[in-house]
Amino acid sequence: MSLLKVTDLKVSYGGIEALKGISFEVPKGQIVTLIGANGAGKSTTLRAIMGLVPLKSGGITFDGREITSLDTSRVVAEGIVLVPEGRRVFPNLTVLENLRVGAYLRRDTEEIENSLRYVYERFPRLEERSWQMAGTLSGGEQQMLAVGRALMARPKLLMMDEPSLGLAPLVVRDIFGIIKRLLEEGMTILLIEQNANAALRAADYGYVMETGRITLEGTGEELLKNQRVRDAYLGQARKKR
Amino acid sequence: MNGFERLFPYLLAGVSVGGQYALIAIGYTMVYGILRLINFAHGDIFTVAGFFMVYMSATMPLVVSIPLTIILTVLLGFTVERVAYKPLREAPRMSIMISAIGVSYLLQNLMWYVTGGLAKQYPVLPWLSNSVTILSATTKIVTIVTPLLTVALVLLLLQLINHTKTGMAMRAVSRDFETAKLMGIKIDRVISISFIIGSFLAAAGSLLYFTNYPTVTPTVGAMPGLKAFVAAVFGGIGSIPGAVVGAFLIGISENLIKAFGYSTFSDAFTFALLIVILLVRPTGLFGEKTIDKV
Ligand SMILES: Nc1ncnc2c1ncn2[C@@H]1O[C@H](COP(=O)(O)OP(=O)(O)OP(=O)(O)O)[C@@H](O)[C@H]1O
Ligand SMILES: [Mg+2]
Repeated sequence: MSLLKVTDLKVSYGGIEALKGISFEVPKGQIVTLIGANGAGKSTTLRAIMGLVPLKSGGITFDGREITSLDTSRVVAEGIVLVPEGRRVFPNLTVLENLRVGAYLRRDTEEIENSLRYVYERFPRLEERSWQMAGTLSGGEQQMLAVGRALMARPKLLMMDEPSLGLAPLVVRDIFGIIKRLLEEGMTILLIEQNANAALRAADYGYVMETGRITLEGTGEELLKNQRVRDAYLGQARKKR
Repeated sequence: MNGFERLFPYLLAGVSVGGQYALIAIGYTMVYGILRLINFAHGDIFTVAGFFMVYMSATMPLVVSIPLTIILTVLLGFTVERVAYKPLREAPRMSIMISAIGVSYLLQNLMWYVTGGLAKQYPVLPWLSNSVTILSATTKIVTIVTPLLTVALVLLLLQLINHTKTGMAMRAVSRDFETAKLMGIKIDRVISISFIIGSFLAAAGSLLYFTNYPTVTPTVGAMPGLKAFVAAVFGGIGSIPGAVVGAFLIGISENLIKAFGYSTFSDAFTFALLIVILLVRPTGLFGEKTIDKV
């Protein structure tokens, strides 16, 4: 059963169409990845789902409910959380406050403490630094914090926008390790990656985006073998910016 | 009479007027901290609060007119944000700045229109206007109450901002609107709260300030409003402790200048200070290094 279903989504920024009608699904308990070159519209897709950019047309259903054009805070309340591109931790808040702000909409005070313990178990580094201002963390630690902060909302669907961007290979491996564990625990994940190789290896299913359209789809394995994908995205490690 | 005894009444007056500036300055600095907007209308809201009090107290007893003045002022601040600033959330910052200037003129003109430009008698607040003598200096009780009340309100506000969930949301919004939204925070609500707090403090400041004067006119609020703004810049706009320290420093300096016989220069001092700050240390005493919003 599909947890998230996106149908013919169109978004334009001041007349320029960034999404020209894309459709895809994320089945419950699985990991789906969107890959594509810079500017293909991957971040825009996630931002549109979160209600951060207005839709021109199209529909989004989540867990059987219509969430098209809902306010961002309503989307979060429905159970979708985004780890944004570039981490975006709150530098002026402590690590602990960043985590607590992740649970902003929750009212179950005691359960929040459990979630905090859960996050600290998975990221012991964060616990050691819980009183440190998030702005002073290293890039890798900030990414851990961004993921931990998202988990504090206890999402049904976790969306991650290039979590490995700018991180050392060892840290990237950590991130993918965390993704794997979350899946084992039953999480549903929508992952965007420049690192197409790692993403497709991890993914149950993948979509390839090119300038606002989905041009190819298939299981992770199929896409890894596909010649077009290999030429375009699996050359040598593509550096961004 | 020794030097201290001569200066003491001036110090007292300085601390008091500093407290009044502080109550106004917090509104400037909070709104700047969240919206990166200099709310030009804030000083006018302070003056309008004076007129609310004039008109309310004319027909109602003080126990009613004082809370009503505060409520109306808060409502005014809230409405200004909703009507004039909220629709411009996505617009370039210059547009909202111009909108703020527009609101400022609108309020000023409304005050002229309603009062006909005549000075209106400000009510005498019984207990606050009584005289007390401390250390051989005679002054009104309000002079003593103002700094104490200011400090109490500031401590309360800092408690709210640093130790409550709402405060945490305010700090998050002040840094990054979009990510705050991704946490489920309703940023419009948070922004409204900051206008409500700012207007509430301006109303309190207005009561304490105008008690010292017999009348209110549409222009008398301009000077304290401007000085509070300078205090906020001096302290580092965006920083609440900075605004408070800046306000007290300006209040005290002004009055010491008067004590030494240079009354004519006391206003000029404040603005000279503004120029020096902007040249030497634009981020102010406690200001963060210019982190422009992305
Ligand atoms: N706020 C905006 N205003 C105008 N155009 C935008 C805006 N955001 C994105 N775009 C444009 O929309 C297109 C898609 O951008 P998007 O950020 O979704 O790409 P992406 O696939 O995430 O790329 P990257 O891999 O570089 O992150 C790009 O051409 C971009 O320039
Ligand atoms: Mg992107």
